[in-house]
Amino acid sequence: MNQDRRSFLGQTGKLLILTASAAVAWEHVLAGRPEDAPNYTATDHWWGMAIDIEKCIGCGTCVRACKTENDVPHEDYMFRTWVERYVVDPADLDHPQVDSRNGGYDGFHEREVLDTRLKMFFVPKLCNHCAHSPCVQVCPVGATFESPDGVVLVDKSYCLGCRYCVQACPYGCRFIDPRTKTVDKCSLCYHRITKGLTTACCETCPTGARSLADLKDPKDPIHAFLRDHKVQVLKPQMATGSKMYYNGLDGSVR
Amino acid sequence: MRPRGADYVHLIRMAGLFVVGVTAFVLLRWLMVPADFGVYGHYRAGALKDNMDRPVVFAGQAACVECHTDVAEVRAAGRHARVGCEACHGALAAHAGNPDGVKPVRPDPRKTCIICHTASISKPKTFPQVVPADHAPKGSCADCHKVHNPKLS
Repeated sequence: MNQDRRSFLGQTGKLLILTASAAVAWEHVLAGRPEDAPNYTATDHWWGMAIDIEKCIGCGTCVRACKTENDVPHEDYMFRTWVERYVVDPADLDHPQVDSRNGGYDGFHEREVLDTRLKMFFVPKLCNHCAHSPCVQVCPVGATFESPDGVVLVDKSYCLGCRYCVQACPYGCRFIDPRTKTVDKCSLCYHRITKGLTTACCETCPTGARSLADLKDPKDPIHAFLRDHKVQVLKPQMATGSKMYYNGLDGSVR
Repeated sequence: MRPRGADYVHLIRMAGLFVVGVTAFVLLRWLMVPADFGVYGHYRAGALKDNMDRPVVFAGQAACVECHTDVAEVRAAGRHARVGCEACHGALAAHAGNPDGVKPVRPDPRKTCIICHTASISKPKTFPQVVPADHAPKGSCADCHKVHNPKLS
């Protein structure tokens, strides 16, 4: 056979690598967790999240977990996820009082009850992973984008730090990381969900107020959630195609 | 009489400049835009992998339960059944990856329990809440409650 040393080594190497990765995949299949196999196909998924406001207790565990998992700076106003407390006069939905000291990182101090008519609740917030993201539309260099599996991601090595997307996001989900001078935001724990894990916030939420959802998976509980609850997304009038489905979202929430 | 062509010589010069400009643009673009830009859309395809490759800090329930089956059973029987291990115990991927080398710190029940169970007017009414100072001014919550199945023991 007419084969030189270079092509022989190349072909053997390829064969070895392919066998090794197939073996790793098979190991995961045998362990009953085929989703952990390193052959993640982005187009098989469409990620979103179900958030149940009626279950949120404002403990801030998600905020702390997110900062730990994603190495978010421990500074005020820098969050990938945060929790807001709404205090609303039921007759005046247009003027809610919102507080979110340190994004709910330390939980919420007890509020004095000045008026028993007021209603109060917590709203966990994060990037809405819009299907038609305003932030993606304004990025001048393609450093932020919607991935094929419906996650809005940032290319940190490509971001100029121009802050255009920070202004464009109608939900205030973006900030500039002072260490890299590039934009940062919730990545829906892309490094976890592509390995078959759930996000850090969903993993640690003690009441199940938030759960990661794969809308392309017919067995995902999101379909029952969407059917059984009256759900709403934030700022539907902006037609962002948000995939954060809130149950119990009050009309006063911005 | 002026020679023929004199009135379009400047156009030829401009066309030359234009060709040079376009060539420079194409060349620079080819040099500066990464090869994988635009594979899936107006972004660098490699950015997907960059986002995937970050280290995992929270191991996830499945990893904990693999070894700690006894605790998982106790928890499954009680009202903390759906509370993730790392909600109280903190991020432990390091421990899951090296169970003998990295030992987790046992959370202080009093400090941990009150994060969720301190009474607040803002919390959903159905959630079990107490005013710690009235409910049990001293001692550890674990004196009366088993933390993994909080029914009174």
